[in-house]
Amino acid sequence: MSLKETVSNPYSKWLEATGPENDVIISSRVRLARNLMGYPFPHVLGHENADKVLYAVQSAVAQKSLQEAVGNLELSRMTELSSIERQILVEKHLISPDMLEQPEKRGVVLRDDEVISIMVNEEDHLRIQCLLPGLQLKECWDLANTVDDGLEQIIDYAFAKEQGYLTSCPTNIGTGLRASVMLHLPALVMTRQINAVLTTLSKLGLTVRGLYGEGTQATGNLFQVSNQVTLGLTEEEIIDNLITVALQLVTQERAARRALHKEQLHQIEDKVWRAYGLLKYARTMTSNETMTLLSDMRLGVDLGVITGIPPGIIMELIILSRPAFLSKVKGADLNPYQRDIFRATLIRERLNSLSNE
Amino acid sequence: MLCDRCQKRPAEVHFTQIINNSKKQMNLCSTCASELQAGSLGFAPQLNLHDFLAGLINHHFTGSSIQTNALPQMRCEKCGSTEAQVAKTGLFGCSECYSQIGERVRPLLKRIHGSSIHTGKVPKRTGGTALIAKEIRILKNQLQNAIKYEEFEEAASIRDRIKELEQKLQ
Repeated sequence: MSLKETVSNPYSKWLEATGPENDVIISSRVRLARNLMGYPFPHVLGHENADKVLYAVQSAVAQKSLQEAVGNLELSRMTELSSIERQILVEKHLISPDMLEQPEKRGVVLRDDEVISIMVNEEDHLRIQCLLPGLQLKECWDLANTVDDGLEQIIDYAFAKEQGYLTSCPTNIGTGLRASVMLHLPALVMTRQINAVLTTLSKLGLTVRGLYGEGTQATGNLFQVSNQVTLGLTEEEIIDNLITVALQLVTQERAARRALHKEQLHQIEDKVWRAYGLLKYARTMTSNETMTLLSDMRLGVDLGVITGIPPGIIMELIILSRPAFLSKVKGADLNPYQRDIFRATLIRERLNSLSNE
Repeated sequence: MLCDRCQKRPAEVHFTQIINNSKKQMNLCSTCASELQAGSLGFAPQLNLHDFLAGLINHHFTGSSIQTNALPQMRCEKCGSTEAQVAKTGLFGCSECYSQIGERVRPLLKRIHGSSIHTGKVPKRTGGTALIAKEIRILKNQLQNAIKYEEFEEAASIRDRIKELEQKLQ
């Protein structure tokens, strides 16, 4: 699949609800921050040097041995993409919103299934990302590690014995590793246990964010939990810590779901079917309402209240109903009101196509 | 003083916010204050990580988080970034900054990470002595285990390997 096809398709490999613990854990991600020795960091990098970094990365990803190890990687400059296509890459979590500024300095490397992506000249020269469905942090780390080793064959990294990999922001030095899991925690929210859980996580040196990163709200009961500390621990220790915590959260969420299902069966069934009904028949739908209803519907799928709906459809519909994606499908810019109508139409069509299958 | 927001009722709540040396003050009546607080986070915008870090670095250089006059101007010889710039953005200009300006930030790293020594991955080709140091660390762990389980022959061979590597480092 080419990059042009990637942005036309709402489906990403990491949306498949096939990974381990997928009833609670939507996806796992590992990110490695790396910089090239001898160049200023991106926020003070001139155009000429930015170009040199892009070329260096382009030749590093083109190495035969790397491609043999991890598959076909290709660099695209941000300027080769339209502004809607760039926005879609953000909505699909393949690049960060910061990449939309100064596109002439930046580029993105993608494997065609979107599992591997590398941002070039974002906050650091390289941000190697691996994204997989369910709880697969170890697998993500192994893959990112292999890509990192491959790039290091050609690229001289900025590295110091004591401080490890040097990054533009001191919160990332050392391993440069940020690992995160995206969790769907509707029952912990409904039973009002979530605040206690979040407080505990912050005591364990973990950060919690909403679906679209720093500062975003946890709409749709989706939470991203990631490590805060990157220096002084090994990569394996960081990954193991996060896996342990993620499994704890899975246990707690499942217990809360069982309790809800047992004690408030009618309320839960009502909530789930109302959500399904609205998604299937409503004529306008805001983005926030969509997230809330999809969360309720997914809970219904996981509890077995609704059958015949693949769990992956929920994330697919979330991506599908983001503003840039809607514009792309429609082939025109939409105002917020038109978007709400078109969003409802697309969701309706997708859900009705499932019941006909 | 009237409330900044409704301009009708007297201001009773005085809210001061200092981010990155810039000071913002809001004077609100109790009704507006509770509405703003309940309504959104807009009242106290969420501090982004860089602003927060910039504040910490600034505090570290100057000993005060609200001092606004000139900062000591240590400058990175490689990229020309000054302490003031680093303190303002929370970002270093280049990898050399870590050895130039960074020396003074070392205690801060410890405060952020709880440690200031990297124990993780080392680049294979360019890691140099760091790679050897890492191998020694791993071997020392293995040595401890071998002693614990009374595998003395194994322990002796690990010890020899450590000695060999330590000589390389000298």
